[in-house]
Amino acid sequence: MAEIVIKNVAKHFGAFTALHSVDLTIADQEFMVLLGASGCGKTTLLRIIAGLETPSEGEVWIGGRRVDHLPPRARGIAMVFQNYAVFPHLTVFENIAFGLRMAKLSQTEVDRRVTRTAELMHIEQLLKRYSGELSGGQRQRVAVARALAMEPDVILMDEPLSNLDALLRLEMRAELKGVLAESKTTTIYVTHDQVEAMSLADRISVMNGGYIVQADRPTEVYRNPAARFVGSFIGNPPMNFLPAKPDGAGRWLVAGLDFDGPNARAAEFAIRPEDLHPAESGLRAEVRVVEPLGPHVLVTAQVAGQPFRAIVESDRQIAPGETLTLAPIPERIRWFDPETQKALP
Amino acid sequence: MSDLTINAPREKDVQRAGKFVFWAGIALLVLWVLVPIWFLFINAFSAPAEVTSFPKRFWPSFDLASLQFFWRFQGVTNALWNSVRVAVLTMILSIGMGAPAGYALSRFDFPGKEFFRVLVIMTRAFPLPLLALPLAVMFIRTGLDDTILGLALVHTMLALPFAVLITFSLFSGIPVELEEAAWTLGCNRVQAVIKVVLPLALPGIMASAVFAFVISWNEVFAAAVLTIENRTLTAFLLQSLNVSPLPLKFAGGAALVIPALIFIFAVRKYLFAMWGIANR
Repeated sequence: MAEIVIKNVAKHFGAFTALHSVDLTIADQEFMVLLGASGCGKTTLLRIIAGLETPSEGEVWIGGRRVDHLPPRARGIAMVFQNYAVFPHLTVFENIAFGLRMAKLSQTEVDRRVTRTAELMHIEQLLKRYSGELSGGQRQRVAVARALAMEPDVILMDEPLSNLDALLRLEMRAELKGVLAESKTTTIYVTHDQVEAMSLADRISVMNGGYIVQADRPTEVYRNPAARFVGSFIGNPPMNFLPAKPDGAGRWLVAGLDFDGPNARAAEFAIRPEDLHPAESGLRAEVRVVEPLGPHVLVTAQVAGQPFRAIVESDRQIAPGETLTLAPIPERIRWFDPETQKALP
Repeated sequence: MSDLTINAPREKDVQRAGKFVFWAGIALLVLWVLVPIWFLFINAFSAPAEVTSFPKRFWPSFDLASLQFFWRFQGVTNALWNSVRVAVLTMILSIGMGAPAGYALSRFDFPGKEFFRVLVIMTRAFPLPLLALPLAVMFIRTGLDDTILGLALVHTMLALPFAVLITFSLFSGIPVELEEAAWTLGCNRVQAVIKVVLPLALPGIMASAVFAFVISWNEVFAAAVLTIENRTLTAFLLQSLNVSPLPLKFAGGAALVIPALIFIFAVRKYLFAMWGIANR
């Protein structure tokens, strides 16, 4: 049982604030992804949970125990580093056994755990090698095996796949998901890659400027962004935004079209590119660039002078310069407050 | 246009002259270092009669009479043994103090860190003769004069800046993540250093230890001022320079230079790294 509770955690580096009073609860055995651009504070938060960084304020609880004053070794965590941090002077076997030997386990238990995790990560044939003789992907496997062998309550991963090439990343991603689900540990996984976040996470915490902007299931984060930032950060291409003019109670005028919307003083209209389809009536889009993606076509256009993207079926020829009429799916339209940047109901 | 045709050959000449000066400079520097070593080498490994003869042969006759004479000379073995003891003690002291300082400089941010680094180098700014007299007085008062430990302390002061700077760059080259990984795997700070950092830094630490050894081995001034009975080899040779025959001087010189040369050659990679020259 290792629920993680982060209460009011803040971190200042001199005058710079990396984290503004973050609150987050991660359930036992949950796979939580911290997602954000570089400098958003996600790695700082992970390092505070690991004990590699001390919070300026706040509390960290793991499994019902307050740990923010404890050193990393006393927290029941294991960590996988971005550059793997495989010890170069030890064999793969001794790397995986390192923590077990520190815990003074018997040789038979060390052998058993190393063999089991090595099999799990498919590196049993590499046990006698040194890290200098391994590829990046193999080192990654050793780093994960070393963490799993500890049988920790919590595994912390700091961009573990970012140094691998694209194909290997895809393979490792699927494998990690399977292995971690089986190990029944709580996982916190830091990444800037939204596809990785979507595919791995039970829940995603989207971070920006030292705040957690939204923490929810991947589909929720994608479909119902809590803030304009989430919509503009997640999705490839991201959400389209258009200014809206009030047109009576709950009615809004967007690029000359009338929509049902929230009761608010001001609002911004938002729609995902794939939630548009060519129709008789809709938003008038002047096509600038057309990019075929196989089954779909990515159209970059301008609507009312604003950049606007749409993903449409490839059964119709579209040429730059042409004007498309794009109808948004009504239940997929989202509204944001232009001042607070928060989602409007 | 006409300028160009006149200048073209001149530029070529200038280039050629520059090249000549460049290579002549290199040759001069190489000879500057190698000729004395060559003299030392052929005279040390020649019969005493050949040492004073002229012209010199390019290769020595490998007659060991000079070295045997040197070895049997009154006080030489004792001085050699003193040199070894002082150098080993210097090595231990300067690494024992220098390596922790180098580690602290590479891993921690503390107020006055830059000032401390400058201070470390500043210790080399004071000429030893300036320090030797007050040191001698202090040593006599504390009873450290004419002891192996006293001299080793002075040599440690000379070697310490290098030990600190070499180990600083060594430790800086070892990723912090390795230590952090060790912490998450159950190590405290000291255990992580012993189990992860030291094994990786060991070759470099050995190199900086050897460098400290050589500094002490070759040091003559403090050795001559601060010891009387327990002379090191350098001080002993300096003292008996006037009264000793030429073969003895050459054999003694070789005994000093050759171990130092071999040691420095063995650790050249790490010293180059310290001075910012790429490893070769």
